[in-house]
Amino acid sequence: MVEVLFWPALIGYGEAAFAYASPRTSRLATWGVRLGWLAQTALLVVQAERSGGFPWATFAGSLNLFVWLVVSTYLIWGCRPRFRLLGLAVMPPVVLLFVVARLGGGTASEAGSRYPNLFLVLHVGLVLAAFAGFTLAAGLAGLYLWEERRLKLRATDILRLRLPPLQSLERLTQRAIVVSLPLLTLGLAAGIVRLRQQDDPTDPLEWLTIATWLLYGGFLVARPSGRRAAYLAIGGFALIVVSRLALAGGHFT
Amino acid sequence: MAVAGAGVSASELTLVGLSHHVAPVELRERVVLGLDEAAEFARALAPAVCLSTCNRTELYLAGDREDSAAAALTELAGESLDSVLYRLHDDDAALHLFRVAAGLDSLVPGEGEILGQVRGAYEAVERDRLLDRVFRQAIALGKRVRSETAIGESPASVSSAAAALAAQVFGELEGRRVLLIGAGRIGELAASNLASRGAAIAYVANRSPDAARGLAGRFGGTGVSLDALSTALADVDVVVSSTGAPGFVLHASDVPARRHHPLFFIDIAVPRDLDPDVARLDGCFLYDIDDLEAVVAETLAGRRVEAERAEVLALEEVQRFRLWRASLDVVPAIASLRAHAEEIRANELAKLEGRVSDDERAHLESVTLQILNKLLHLPTVRMKEAAATADGTAYADAVRHLFGLEERER
Repeated sequence: MVEVLFWPALIGYGEAAFAYASPRTSRLATWGVRLGWLAQTALLVVQAERSGGFPWATFAGSLNLFVWLVVSTYLIWGCRPRFRLLGLAVMPPVVLLFVVARLGGGTASEAGSRYPNLFLVLHVGLVLAAFAGFTLAAGLAGLYLWEERRLKLRATDILRLRLPPLQSLERLTQRAIVVSLPLLTLGLAAGIVRLRQQDDPTDPLEWLTIATWLLYGGFLVARPSGRRAAYLAIGGFALIVVSRLALAGGHFT
Repeated sequence: MAVAGAGVSASELTLVGLSHHVAPVELRERVVLGLDEAAEFARALAPAVCLSTCNRTELYLAGDREDSAAAALTELAGESLDSVLYRLHDDDAALHLFRVAAGLDSLVPGEGEILGQVRGAYEAVERDRLLDRVFRQAIALGKRVRSETAIGESPASVSSAAAALAAQVFGELEGRRVLLIGAGRIGELAASNLASRGAAIAYVANRSPDAARGLAGRFGGTGVSLDALSTALADVDVVVSSTGAPGFVLHASDVPARRHHPLFFIDIAVPRDLDPDVARLDGCFLYDIDDLEAVVAETLAGRRVEAERAEVLALEEVQRFRLWRASLDVVPAIASLRAHAEEIRANELAKLEGRVSDDERAHLESVTLQILNKLLHLPTVRMKEAAATADGTAYADAVRHLFGLEERER
């Protein structure tokens, strides 16, 4: 029954992924994101209620939660007409990840929580929220690089595309990282406390997450600008992708 | 409802005017009026509105008074205007006004100043219901076109394109510092455009220090020599160059290496002032005159596409105006017909006074009312339906003529 909510969310996100391709339909796309997000929020609420705790314990479940966090972050930062191309960059991967979550059973309801420990719940929630913010930062950085290149090449249609100004993109990228890094810090701290409680060793995923933290921390200390800042933001996102896809299997067993 | 004069239909709109499309500037300048003068001119022909700009002078009047308006404009010009005047009525006049307010009749499609001028002309005079309605619709359409289409957003000149491109890098130009190289007219125009968007002209560099100081003083900046370019570059965000120098005045090596902010260069000189290698530097963007003209050509093409969307909106607005105007004729005609029928009924019933009992009279009143209602129902419905089409006025006129209602309405 709860999986019925998956379909309107997917339709909303899917419609946005296509509709952002044209300026004429970008308003329609934004409505798709909003309605899809509402449907997925309902899905998550029902999952939480039926499981009686934290039902996103598996890799697929955490992907479901991650998708919702990315879309939430996008709705806060980038859901505006001038950020149409950001929507075009964010929504297709969102659709893909959401389908993967569904195929892995991440959108089904579970009988009980696999994470009775508060620190584990905090660890997963905070780290995923931080990763969602870094994902959006990468999207903004990608848009920055693309627009910068078009300005460098003196593309004649640059004004007609009605893109956000370069410095706005740079500022928003920094802001997304500034907000997300403390979340990652708290999430890592919660994870370390949990490890100490269980006497578990630190696995490769956790080391990679610490490396990600160091990279973004270095970003905030050095405060690079222009292309360097964009490359760093994208580099950090690449670390997240590797850690989520390549190493997550061992971490979630 | 105020009317222009006896026997004039208050739902007729007339436009008489001349514009840049046909009339040369020598004629247009004879009839151009300031806001107050235009209002005074319109009052003499009240109810009327006079829209007068450097590109057009137009009289909008309630009622078919084409000849009066043409005569007034001819007298104002002091010579015959027959070859350049256009005369439009009703829906055509309304469409013209809507297109003017939307910027579709301007030299540059979508220019924004005309909407303010239409509003100014509208607010300067007392209007009757027809003129009030058509001008309010025109102003609302002008706003709608500018918010729902991109017709007015794109720059239409080299200097405005330069400012728009700078804004594409920095966002708001408020507080951005500009270095102007060369004290010539073209560079000054580009700098003025930037200044109008909030940028500060921080430095003016020129071979002649006096010329640099003179121009810098007008913008509140500092005049510097060409030797001080490297120093000035470290302190600015935008560089506008337009000298008459035969070679480059700025090389890539002159640009400070360690910067934490972008530098936007605009080279509108021919031959070029700025070394093209500047564009290769990290964080530097360089547009020369060819690049700017290509951007303007692209945006003007975009404006034409947006203008087509605006034309559709204008036609929709004319349809709304037509329906409203038709209702002005139809509704009074229906009311008049019913009143006329009721008057006949009342008169005939009055003749039965004292000849029938009260019960019989009541019965006759009821029956005659039913007959009247049934007879008038279909014509009333059909006239209301016709009000939604172009035939509404014709139906109303036919009803007035057939039932002799003209005298009644006077």
